[in-house]
Amino acid sequence: MHIRRSKGRTGQHGRRWAALTAATALALGATACSSDSKSSADGAKEVDLTYRIWDATQQPAMQHIIDAFQATHPSIKVNIQVTANKEYWTKLQADATSGSAPDVFWMNGPNAQLYESNGILLPLSDKLAANGASLSNYPQSLVDLYKYKGTQYGVPKDFDTVGLWYNKKLFDAAGVKYPDETWTWQTVRDAARKLTDASKKQYGILAPLANQENFYDTIFQAGGSVISADGTSSGYEQPATIEGLKFWADLIKDGSSPDVKAMTDTFPSQFFESGKVAMYYGGSWNSLEFSQSTAKKDIDVTVLPQGAKRAVVIHGLANVAYAKTKHPNEAAAFIAYLGSKEAAEITAKEAGVIPAFNNTQQAWVDSAPDFHLKAFLDELPYTVPFPASKNTSAWMSQEIPTFTSAWDGKADLTAAAKTMAGLMNAALSKEK
Amino acid sequence: MTSTAAQQFTGRAARAARATRRGRRPGRRRERAWAYLMVAPMTIGLGVFYLWPIAQTFYYSFTSSGPFGGHTWTGTDNYKALADDPTVGQAVVNTLVYTGIQLVGVPLAILLAALLNQQNLRGRSVYRVIFFLPAVTMPVAMAMLWRWMYDGNYGLVNYLLSTVGIQGPHWASDPAYAPYALAAIGIWMSLGYNMVIFLAGLQGIPAEYYEAARMDGAGPVRTFLRITVPLLTPSIFFVTVLTLINSLQMFDLAYMMMSTPNAPAGNGNPALPKVRSIPYLFFQKSFVEHDIGFGAAVAFVLVGFIVLMTFIQFRLQKKWVHYA
Repeated sequence: MHIRRSKGRTGQHGRRWAALTAATALALGATACSSDSKSSADGAKEVDLTYRIWDATQQPAMQHIIDAFQATHPSIKVNIQVTANKEYWTKLQADATSGSAPDVFWMNGPNAQLYESNGILLPLSDKLAANGASLSNYPQSLVDLYKYKGTQYGVPKDFDTVGLWYNKKLFDAAGVKYPDETWTWQTVRDAARKLTDASKKQYGILAPLANQENFYDTIFQAGGSVISADGTSSGYEQPATIEGLKFWADLIKDGSSPDVKAMTDTFPSQFFESGKVAMYYGGSWNSLEFSQSTAKKDIDVTVLPQGAKRAVVIHGLANVAYAKTKHPNEAAAFIAYLGSKEAAEITAKEAGVIPAFNNTQQAWVDSAPDFHLKAFLDELPYTVPFPASKNTSAWMSQEIPTFTSAWDGKADLTAAAKTMAGLMNAALSKEK
Repeated sequence: MTSTAAQQFTGRAARAARATRRGRRPGRRRERAWAYLMVAPMTIGLGVFYLWPIAQTFYYSFTSSGPFGGHTWTGTDNYKALADDPTVGQAVVNTLVYTGIQLVGVPLAILLAALLNQQNLRGRSVYRVIFFLPAVTMPVAMAMLWRWMYDGNYGLVNYLLSTVGIQGPHWASDPAYAPYALAAIGIWMSLGYNMVIFLAGLQGIPAEYYEAARMDGAGPVRTFLRITVPLLTPSIFFVTVLTLINSLQMFDLAYMMMSTPNAPAGNGNPALPKVRSIPYLFFQKSFVEHDIGFGAAVAFVLVGFIVLMTFIQFRLQKKWVHYA
């Protein structure tokens, strides 16, 4: 577009253009000024950091940690951003692609390698010591989960295992002995059948299509695997793996568990809290939610029943920083604090998750004395790491769609497992 | 020869006219500049937010992209993969089923508009407001509300059914029911808007026609079919075109209905394969699986679809639409 003017009319018209240009310049200048660096009262530059998390239940505890951090770092202001779990990774990947990811955020095992190998995360190896953090404070397996080609990208925040949560009231009413460490798959099946009462819409157990809480644990207990040790091929075709899957499908088949549709409409943990379900394979992270539930006094927990052997999946989150953050030093200082003993103690007491910092776990066990939370720590000797590859979500996202029909008994489970193995091997072959 | 003369003449006249106009208002060029300035926001907006992205999307549909951007030219690979992918075919079927059901909602809106156009109906405006309310409410909010009502375990719909002894299904997660449960919300949501268009159309029909029909002894049904419907065809055409385009683009409703806390984009819902529309598939492929190239190819399938449908409609309109 061009604006032509004849000579001699520069008067009023020209001034109008000049004014317009000036106004535009002013507006642009104003936006340029409102960047995220302000001067605080004491003259030091104030820096804003965004901290993105996915669990709203942990938000108050995280805010508490931030308050403590800001007390010692008055020039840094941290804003929490909660993005629901189901949208977290979709949004984060889009943000990282467009160059606008948050400064500091939560990372999990299945996604770690994808972000590390693509240079999305800020290398922390050389920044931790200066901020008084040491990786020797955390279990080695959790530290290694966030190490890629010798560089450390994340500082462990917490870890979780899975336990058998049960409703004492329903066990008492049915005259079934409470579950304990002697239980096997067969004990679970028998108890689940006894605790089911279709006329009262009461179920013995929940068998949702959940990997970490359900079928990964039973796959490992049966002696199967999800991914080969070198991370290049699928274990879904192994008979033992299929055995681990079948455990759950059978529970739905004999009516001990509601079907997948029912567990889609009402989320499993809420189903359990409603007092209509006797047993639920749930995470250690459920402790806070259940301790705030109305059914609290009826709930307790024990270790997972054993299959061919004992096994439980262990997984841990880490705090990571964005490689393109404008404030890498402040972000590293914040991550170091999030990994400190003080932060771990707040996490233990208020966030309902097991802190990763060595020897702070007892505080978490004490945080909900009504539940036998020590069971989650008793499982540590036989934990199996959460399966992961370089682009885990590419195949993990196929699990639910592939197994849904078979779970409800409308398709053959062995065939579904074969399909899954094919999809997974195809996805893994693209990683190289 | 004469024509050139005529041209010369009109040309001269025009110049003369222009001269006089310029004499009176010496700002023709300036005027044109202002005209450009006035259309600029629209043109720039259209260019930046529609035309350029369309061109880019078209380009990306021939590429394969990395998980965090960056892409390589792969020719027609995405379109080939699309033809082999059974979810694409299912998504096309789902979209057509949904669109077909939405079109059934159009006669319903006509009937409703005709009823609410009755002069002697008491509380007419109250009914009109009630039916129009869904059109001014956020689709996402309504989808959430319906999701709760459709809950198979504790939902209101199944509770009401249980009072008459019916055990209702899982409306939002059973693949046999979810597509229709969703389409019902779609009809309910567009009914009010379509009704208002039809009401305006009805009020544009001169009362004399009805008077004449009455004198000739035509009953209410005959009057409706022979006068109201034919004279309403321009409105019907408009509503049909809009319904078709909106239905083919349906996404937010399905996204909210299929949503589960444990998996992204409704992946945990067993009904998803039967509900996933073409735009839904586009969203899943591009933003959840980050297969931008494939997603772009899916988007162009949708564009082709809409263009084809709209073209057919415009061709057919000559046969049945009466512009009075």
